[in-house]
Amino acid sequence: MLDAKEEVAKTAFRTEGLTKTYGEGRSAVHALRGVDLEIVRGEIVVLLGPSGSGKSTLLNILGGLDRASEGDAWFGEQCLTKMNDRQLTAYRRKHVGFVFQFYNLMPSLTARENVELVTEIADNPISADEALDLVGLGKRLDHFPAQLSGGEQQRVAIARAIAKQPEVLFCDEPTGALDSTTGRAVLRVLQDVNEKLGTTVLIITHAAATAAMAGRVINFADGAIRDVKLNENPVDAEEVEW
Amino acid sequence: MKPLHAKLFRDLWRIKGQALAIMVVIGIGVALQVMMSGLVASLSQTRDTYYERHQFADVFAPVVRAPERMVSQLRNIVGVAAVDTRVTGVALIDVATRNLPVSARILSLSSDDQRHLNEVLLTSGRLPEAANPQEVVLLEGFARAHGILPGSQISVTLNASRRLLDVVGTAQSPEFIYYAAPGEMIPDDTRFGVIWIGRPTLAATLDLKGAFTEALLTLRRDANADAVLDSIDRLLKPYGGAGAYAAVDHPSNRFLSEEISGLEVSAKNVPPVFMFVAAFLLYIVISRLVQSEREEIGLMKAFGYSDAEVSIHYLQLILIIALGGALLGCVLGIALGRMTIPIYTTYYKLPFLLFRLEASSFLSGILTSATVATLGGAIVLRRIFQLAPAEAMRPPSPPDYSKTGNLGQQIFRRLDQPTRMVIRRVIRQPLRILGAVMGIAAGMALSLSMLIIYEGFDEALDRTFNVIDRSDAFVTFTAPTSGKAIYEMQRITGVSRVEPVRAAPVIFRNGRRQYTGAITGLATRARLFRALDAETQPIALPSQGVVLSASLASILELNVGDDITLDIRQGNQPVVVTRVAGITESLMGSPAFMDIDALNGLIDEPNRLSGAYLSIEDGAEKNVYTALKNMPKVAGVSLRAEAAKAFETVMDQGAGSSRFIMGFMAFAITFGIIYNAARVAKDERLRDLASLRVMGFYQGETAFVLLGELAVVTLVALPLGVLMGNALSHLIAAGFSTDLYQIPVVFAPRATGTAIAIVVGASLTSGWLVKRDLDRVEIISALKTRE
Repeated sequence: MLDAKEEVAKTAFRTEGLTKTYGEGRSAVHALRGVDLEIVRGEIVVLLGPSGSGKSTLLNILGGLDRASEGDAWFGEQCLTKMNDRQLTAYRRKHVGFVFQFYNLMPSLTARENVELVTEIADNPISADEALDLVGLGKRLDHFPAQLSGGEQQRVAIARAIAKQPEVLFCDEPTGALDSTTGRAVLRVLQDVNEKLGTTVLIITHAAATAAMAGRVINFADGAIRDVKLNENPVDAEEVEW
Repeated sequence: MKPLHAKLFRDLWRIKGQALAIMVVIGIGVALQVMMSGLVASLSQTRDTYYERHQFADVFAPVVRAPERMVSQLRNIVGVAAVDTRVTGVALIDVATRNLPVSARILSLSSDDQRHLNEVLLTSGRLPEAANPQEVVLLEGFARAHGILPGSQISVTLNASRRLLDVVGTAQSPEFIYYAAPGEMIPDDTRFGVIWIGRPTLAATLDLKGAFTEALLTLRRDANADAVLDSIDRLLKPYGGAGAYAAVDHPSNRFLSEEISGLEVSAKNVPPVFMFVAAFLLYIVISRLVQSEREEIGLMKAFGYSDAEVSIHYLQLILIIALGGALLGCVLGIALGRMTIPIYTTYYKLPFLLFRLEASSFLSGILTSATVATLGGAIVLRRIFQLAPAEAMRPPSPPDYSKTGNLGQQIFRRLDQPTRMVIRRVIRQPLRILGAVMGIAAGMALSLSMLIIYEGFDEALDRTFNVIDRSDAFVTFTAPTSGKAIYEMQRITGVSRVEPVRAAPVIFRNGRRQYTGAITGLATRARLFRALDAETQPIALPSQGVVLSASLASILELNVGDDITLDIRQGNQPVVVTRVAGITESLMGSPAFMDIDALNGLIDEPNRLSGAYLSIEDGAEKNVYTALKNMPKVAGVSLRAEAAKAFETVMDQGAGSSRFIMGFMAFAITFGIIYNAARVAKDERLRDLASLRVMGFYQGETAFVLLGELAVVTLVALPLGVLMGNALSHLIAAGFSTDLYQIPVVFAPRATGTAIAIVVGASLTSGWLVKRDLDRVEIISALKTRE
């Protein structure tokens, strides 16, 4: 009994037979074909796989941005697949942060304000200045997105995602639009967040080398998990090959 | 089919809702143009054909009694082509349904086989036979209004004796296209009639054998009309010539021509306003549409399509929408025009009236919409063509908001981030926001100006029939009569007040400007009918000088204190120079007023009146009417209530009714603009809004960012719309005003309130519709859509 409870407390996500189908009949696309998975808290997880293999779909469902067709997904003890739209919004608001390939910053707000956008509605945020310090942008607080480079914009996006101290950080191709130096710097930030705040980080990437910094690497193919590898000695972000 | 064509049609299908909305707005602008200019063409062509076929006279010369031998002298005047004479008089017709008799004109018909001027158009029955002196033809409108058919008899009072006449036919006439009861301007078929009777009978009854009371003339093409009129006046003066006048001054023709030229002015002024607003909307939507195709354009260019090929592709798309709208407008315009025709034939008795499509209006509608659409598309395309294909395919870099940061830091500190987003966008993209503001303000201006016009119509009615004229009835006499008539009428039980009136036909002159009208002499300290100034305070009529209505003063270009020449066409026909003593606000016609004694003094006929205003006690109407009916001098009685009703009918069902169509169109455009502004804002910000949702903002919180902007835009647009609407209402009022009535532009708090409510209501509805769309948006797909 105790073991089971401990097990739940250690688990960030658990899925059972998670299935996602777009469309119907002949034209139906099976994005996920019954995925069973467990992700432990405090891990860095890298999801690898070709386009259309289902990794983004899984991330969207776990992040509360999409709904499964069948099967269940739990965040701790909360069943995500049974939540309505409002509950999913509240889930995103309280527990998770997102980082996308194209930053998605509000062009009309400064770096600090973009972060404050989240800290204003979060329960237990760190200050915007602190969050931007964490990503190394403490000196560019009052710059607008148009005045920042791509890497800087992505770091603002990360600061915005972590400022609420989320339990999980979802990153969909976070370095996809960046050069190697900037890309490594962004990965460094993600690693820092994981180490300093204990945030579970899920990273989707095409770059197989990124897997070197992950504690767990999940390979996707055709909407299913092909294999899961555990990495006993994750490397520093700076050492990731590009 | 080439792939580009396939893309064209699929794109069209994809944006069908928006495309249809644009088509409707363009269609409304074009429809108004097609309808109004079509009406102008229909009316003027019908009028011209009618006049030609029935030989409408060029000159009318009324006299008291001129011998028939004057005809040869008239014919000898240089420039005269043909001369015709007739006997005319006034009569009263008893009708079963009314206590008061109906005023009528009685005209002689020649029984020879020759063609005559102002030939009647028989609509039923036949013409009177010479052998039967009791046979008459009746004006069709009057006969129909009272259900009088050929074969029935009517009781007519003529020259103070009553007789029964046989109706053998009904007719229309080119000189009675537009007519009203004596002393009134608004037609009412039940209260005015025309009787045509054989000339020998009428001449015998009125003691006018071998004489005529009116000469009708046609002129040669090269005739000098003014010289001819002078010659006629000189010839007929000894016989009581009241002054010859040209067809332009003939009441029926004048009203019809005024209506046509008023409509022409409206057709020139009003549709362009609607078209401008439609064009503006079209530009906003088209530029947005092309902007959203940025990636596809980059892709096509990457494949090797030239700028010209890409341009042609998008221009095809744009032109299909613009031309579709223009075609829709043409169809709608023809339908509206056909619907409007019966309104005109009710008030203008034309024998036939077919709606004609004026090709130029259709062409100009098509050209305007096509040009605006093409320009709008071209401006945006040029901007995109300046980018390298690779750059165009990437999402645009974020717009730079850095120049808005330091405005009012203190205030900003207190605001939450979503509010800052709203404010920054308003400050940072002033042109885009200004575009939306101007669009909404223009839409509001259309609605507001139409509402102000509505109030103007009410004001015209109220001022004319409640403020200026406070009598119950107006009595006209067969001829100017002595002051004793006042006492006779005061003695009638139920008459509480009588005020004499002397009206005399006058040609007003100021240098080369002239106007054929009349002066009304009013009693000192009149209470029942008054000349009022702009503040609706009564103007005391001085013992010298004339008070002009504002419209007459503007026709003659005169101000208070200027000299004016009065060519009075009654009594001893004096020509006097006097002073403009005041300007009065009159909304009906272009009247002029004098003190009654001063006017009688000028004519040298002291203590005479041609009519009187009566105040009647409640419940005594029937008794008063009976008494008036038995007074031989009385040529007609018009009741203020009936005149007001007739005016109201014209305003609501007649020429004024097009304001309802325009009002509806204005509201439709207003809503279209606001809805489009909201939609465009939503499409532009979809990614930002989806990002907010990802971060955990609830639907309502997300909508605030979008609707907050719409609220700001609407609030800024309101005062601007009020200003623009008031300015526009002057233009539209001028279009609706005719020689017959002026539509005042009033300070209209109620209209302003309603217009604000319409705009706010449209904003709320649009906001709700857009929010509903927003709530349905899939967050992930919205994030993937690139700007």
